[in-house]
Amino acid sequence: MTETLTANGFKLDTGGKRVVVDPICRIEGHLRIEVNLDSDNVIRNAVSTGTMWRGLEVILKGRDPRDAWAFVERICGVCTGVHALTSVRAVEDALGIKIPENANHIRNLMMLAQYTQDHLVHFYHLHALDWVDVVSALSADPKATSALQQSISSWSKSSPGYFRDVQARLKRFVESGQLGPFANAYWGSPAYKLPAEANLMAVTHYLEALDFQREIVKIHTVFGGRNPHPNWVVGGMPCSFSLNETGGINMEWLNLVSSIIDRSIEFIDKVYIPDLKAIASFYPEWTTYGGGLSSTNLLSYGDFPKVANDWSQENMHMPGGAIINGDLSKVHEVDVRDPEQVQEFVTHSWYKYPDESKGLHPWDGMTEPNFELGPNTKGSKTDIQEIDENAKYSFVKAPRWRGHAMEVGPLARYVVAYVRGDEEIKAQVDGLLSDLGLPLTALFSTLGRTAARGLECSWAAHKMRFVFDSMMANLKAGDTATSNMDLWEPKTWPKDVKGVGMVEAPRGSLGHWVHIKDTKIASYQAIVPTTWNASPRDAAGNIGAYEAALLGTPMANPEQPLEILRTVHSFDPCLACATHVIAPDGQELVSVKVR
Amino acid sequence: MGIQKTFYEAMREHGITRRSFLKFCSLTAAGLGLAPEFAGTIAHALETKPRTPVIWLHGLECTCCTESFIRSGHPLAADVVLSMISLDYDDTLMAAAGHQAEEILEQTIEKYDGNFILACEGNPPLNEDGMYCFQGGKPYVEKLRRMASHCKAIIAWGSCASWGCVQAAHPNPTRAVPIHKVITDKPIIKVPGCPPIAEVMTGVIAYMLTFDRFPELDRQGRPKMFYSQRNHDKCYRRAHFDAGQFVERFDDEGARKGYCLYKMGCKGPTTYNACSTIEWNGGLSWPVKSGHGCLGCSEDNFWDRGSFYSAVNDLNVPGGIESTADKIGGVLAGAAAIGVAAHAAASVISHSRNNTKGGSSHD
Repeated sequence: MTETLTANGFKLDTGGKRVVVDPICRIEGHLRIEVNLDSDNVIRNAVSTGTMWRGLEVILKGRDPRDAWAFVERICGVCTGVHALTSVRAVEDALGIKIPENANHIRNLMMLAQYTQDHLVHFYHLHALDWVDVVSALSADPKATSALQQSISSWSKSSPGYFRDVQARLKRFVESGQLGPFANAYWGSPAYKLPAEANLMAVTHYLEALDFQREIVKIHTVFGGRNPHPNWVVGGMPCSFSLNETGGINMEWLNLVSSIIDRSIEFIDKVYIPDLKAIASFYPEWTTYGGGLSSTNLLSYGDFPKVANDWSQENMHMPGGAIINGDLSKVHEVDVRDPEQVQEFVTHSWYKYPDESKGLHPWDGMTEPNFELGPNTKGSKTDIQEIDENAKYSFVKAPRWRGHAMEVGPLARYVVAYVRGDEEIKAQVDGLLSDLGLPLTALFSTLGRTAARGLECSWAAHKMRFVFDSMMANLKAGDTATSNMDLWEPKTWPKDVKGVGMVEAPRGSLGHWVHIKDTKIASYQAIVPTTWNASPRDAAGNIGAYEAALLGTPMANPEQPLEILRTVHSFDPCLACATHVIAPDGQELVSVKVR
Repeated sequence: MGIQKTFYEAMREHGITRRSFLKFCSLTAAGLGLAPEFAGTIAHALETKPRTPVIWLHGLECTCCTESFIRSGHPLAADVVLSMISLDYDDTLMAAAGHQAEEILEQTIEKYDGNFILACEGNPPLNEDGMYCFQGGKPYVEKLRRMASHCKAIIAWGSCASWGCVQAAHPNPTRAVPIHKVITDKPIIKVPGCPPIAEVMTGVIAYMLTFDRFPELDRQGRPKMFYSQRNHDKCYRRAHFDAGQFVERFDDEGARKGYCLYKMGCKGPTTYNACSTIEWNGGLSWPVKSGHGCLGCSEDNFWDRGSFYSAVNDLNVPGGIESTADKIGGVLAGAAAIGVAAHAAASVISHSRNNTKGGSSHD
């Protein structure tokens, strides 16, 4: 029989038709998904393969820890800055550096701006086309589109003429025969359920959001000098306030930041959230598909410290913790320093451990690449047609919390904060569910994940206002410091120290573990949100979050992988982040063949 | 093959008036550093040419180039994608996936053999038979070679495609190499930076569409109009360098007065880029303006040139720029003279660097 039960309770059936989707587009990096379908075209087995590996952490060995943020920032240019912030936090933790309040405010502002821009771009440019039929928008009635727009939002761009112009532009684009990024897609599929007017409205906002996202990131440009890849510094922020001098951040720039915050709140609350609700209301079945691990195992480290240098959950704007085995009555505290809690397995990953039945805590972690395919692979080493998931099958490792496969990301954060009783988050979630007439369990689904991201985008935009006002109050009270340079010089550092930095990145829980010896990096290790979510199986056979979420979903047409895209995109994959190398203490990377 | 619209027709259809179109052409001419009479040339070109197909591939990278590209304010990324070029393949943005996506590559070769632009973000790793980056089950380098052999010209976006960038930093475990190491028979324009400035990216595209050739390139294959001067040359803090006024610590008195970041490790004196002139995100700021030194991210192998916080001392200037700057800091009276001397020497070097062989344009 081809049927098996996984350690984490999912039934797999490797019989039936195998469907391969490679590349999964509209994500960051390179990902391959293979599924088995039963005779009703329902997904009964899912295999997630990360298909790239860059080896950044080994590159960090022996470097100045103050430089590390710039290297690891290049892990990802989509969620830009998140690795840099995690890195400066890890180094500050190792060296015992306390940052000024303003630096904490600025870092919070920059991360909140990142959430706002990243979630917005994900929804409209990476995810919307899974739900929105661009071609159907051509047959919309602009007047009815205007009426629809005005019925769901007070957004000012809503006249029939406006939608007529957008539609005309779209029509001529399609008629040109050069469809560009919209070519060869799944337009007209019965899986698309929106009326033409909703499609036209969403396509219009696709263009508006592409324009508006440029504004949000200017918050990074003010404080970090540019975006993507703004600048950071160990000990605080590199920018200075110059309220009475010429040369730093002055009232003009502060006003710009304030105005961007206001415009972001307006755009998210008047465009993104109403669109999200409108689209969701046409896809009720997607509140039952795609749940995977979300109803059982969720992880969030918590982030956005209200006061600098206090890492207790009580001090977090977004409090964290872990939920396991579906027990929503309890949030477990997470200690990333505890060797028994966070561990990574490579049993099914293209790396080598001395004993692959065991996981390793990042402090003790190691990575030696080991690209080998299983005996049941179809094709060859350089032309893989079907992968053998019983062997090694991904460049993504399998991180586990106390042995459990976990889901991370906006939905995990929202459920954890909801269970902890956070009032803002509770009000948002309850409001959305009541608007859509859905039970709490609807969250544990593909649409639940997508909705949590939207709510969090609004949360982040509003939280920027709060943080900005707190920063201004601090400036008014006379504190203008942005950096603490007391321990800048390496000669002031201890000989041998370890540190951990944690960030709740847009895609979920991110941790960097650094070991500094004789003022240089001895080892550097990262466990990244997409490593959790895109994880392959582990030694015990637990499947990862993507794999679990795909199970049980019926495909309308196996030739058109829309359903797979919907669920995988609901996680917002970031594969450049997920695939990294961990260098063990004192050990050089081996098996690098030069051809 | 469908009816190909010219850029002008496409803009007109999108409700843009002829007057606005001509204004766009003037702004583009100005943005490219061209004399006003070139606005007419640009207008003529855009009126008569169909949208050029662009295939945008992603190898080992972090997607910061794509993110930067969509930040472009003039022209807007949406206008580039919908009206100027035909972005027929870009796995970060395209609606299709899997074999529907990959089919587009073969269709492009069939329809536009020798007539499409290949835009490369990221680079191919060569170790493990190229399998440290695979797409559709095959090594990325194969896809790159196949598309390159049929394209008209290649744009190497960013420092990954131009130089190798972070994954190629020592010890380069995947043996990631820049595009020109694997493609040697096609014209390549390098647009380095990690990432490049958005308007530099769209400016290069607009130039190529307008003049149907690469802009003039320096010896290293970079467009001279954006990469022929060092960030230091036009830095708004330059007067403080010349006056010997330096930031000594982040957020010190000098930092608040906007003094020079040279002693904080700024790589502006050795970095050829347009950050200090075009600036970032709509001309709002750039790293030095917001208080951090330049990392030198558009330079070859900038990751392996010492700490980002060590002052530049590898310029071949008598006595070294570092000793010069220290002297300047100590002896204010002699500052201007020494600064000028140091820069005269450095300028000679940069001049010879850029013009030894003259620019080679790949028409």
